[in-house]
Amino acid sequence: MPSLSQTQGSFARALLDPSDPAPQDVRRPAGADATAPQTRRFDIYRNNVAVAAIDALGETFPAVRALVGEEFFRATARAYLTQSPPRSPLLFRYGATFGDFLQTFPPAARSVPYLADVARFEFARLQAFHAPDAAPLSIAALGEIDPARVASVTFSVHPSVSLSRSGYPVVSLWAASTGLMTSDQVDMGRAEDGLVVRPHLQVDSHILPPGGGPFLAALIAGKNLATAAEAGGAAVPDFDLSTHLAGLFETGAIAGVLPPPADSVQPNAAPRAGL
Amino acid sequence: MSKTSKAFTAASIAGAVALAVTAASTIATPAHAQAKEKCYGISLAGQNDCAAGPGTTCAGTSTVDYQGNAWTLVPQGYCAKYGVDKANAEFDLPGDRVGSLEPLDRDLPSS
Repeated sequence: MPSLSQTQGSFARALLDPSDPAPQDVRRPAGADATAPQTRRFDIYRNNVAVAAIDALGETFPAVRALVGEEFFRATARAYLTQSPPRSPLLFRYGATFGDFLQTFPPAARSVPYLADVARFEFARLQAFHAPDAAPLSIAALGEIDPARVASVTFSVHPSVSLSRSGYPVVSLWAASTGLMTSDQVDMGRAEDGLVVRPHLQVDSHILPPGGGPFLAALIAGKNLATAAEAGGAAVPDFDLSTHLAGLFETGAIAGVLPPPADSVQPNAAPRAGL
Repeated sequence: MSKTSKAFTAASIAGAVALAVTAASTIATPAHAQAKEKCYGISLAGQNDCAAGPGTTCAGTSTVDYQGNAWTLVPQGYCAKYGVDKANAEFDLPGDRVGSLEPLDRDLPSS
C-alpha cells in the first residue's frame, strides 16, 4: 500500500507528463460507463492542466507566440511545461525561465535565435506591471549633492526596472509583433538594449541609445557614477554623460541617489582630478 | 586607466551632472517634457490590453485548443519576416501559411 505522499507524487508526475501512465489507483467512478477507460477522467484533468498552463504562457508571451505561430508556440510551451512546471499559483509569474529554455530548445534556437531575447523582454514587461510602486526621483536631487563628490554617488533603480541587453533588435521585434511598429522599422542588423520601466501606471519600453546599456548595467550593479560613465565610454567613444544621465532620469528609472559617506574620497576619479 | 576612448574626471562628471540638472530645470512644462523624452533613445508606450497577464481578471478566455504536439515544429508566425540569415534559414512555411503582419484570419475560434 503506497503512502499518501507516494500516491500524490505519482499523481503529480503523471499530470505533467502525458507519456507517464495514470496512477494505478485511478478508477472510473462507480456507475460510470463500464466501457470507458479507467483513466478517462484523469486524462481529461491532465489535459486541462496542460492547456491551462500553455494558455497562461501564451498570454504572457504574445510576441513570441506571434513570431512563431500558434502551433509552434503550443508545442514549445508543452515541452517547457514538462521540464519546468509552474512553481507558484500566481500564473503571471510562470515563465521566468522560458527565455533560457528557448535559447537551448533546438527547434527555436536553430531557426529563430532572437526568440529567447524577445521572451525575456516581454516577461520583464509583465513583471514590471506587477512590481511595487515607487516614485521616480527627479534629477534635481543630483543638484543638491556636493559637486566634488558627485562622481562617487550610487543609484537605486526603480523596482520595475529591467535592462534587456541583446545582440538582436529585441525591442523592435517585440514592438512589431504587438503592432506598435511596422515590420519595415525592424532593422535586423541592429543590436538593441531595451529598458523596461513602469514609473507610474503604464509599462514603458525604451530602446537605449548606444552606450546606454553598459551605463545602466553598471548603475544597476551598484557601481558609482564615475565607474558607470567609464563603462559607457568604453562602449561608445563619444559617450555623452549629461545626455545619458538626463535621459535615464527622464524615463523614471532612477528611484534614489545614495551619496558616498562624508569621509570617503572618490576612488575612481580623484586621482585624475588633480592632473 | 585611459584605455577607454574618453576619460571621466571628477570635474568632468560634475560638469555633466550640472548640465543635466540645468537642462532638466528648463523643460518644466509638460509639452517640453514630452519632447525631451523622445530625445533619449526610442520610447514605446505600453499597451494596456491585458497588461496584467494570465490568472488575472483581464486574462483572455480563449477556448480553442490546438494540437500543439505536431513535432514538425517549424515557426509559422511573423518571424518569417525576420530571417536572421536568409541563406541559412532552416524553416519553410508549410502549405499556404505565410508570415504576415496583417491580422491573420486562420486559426480563429469558430464561434
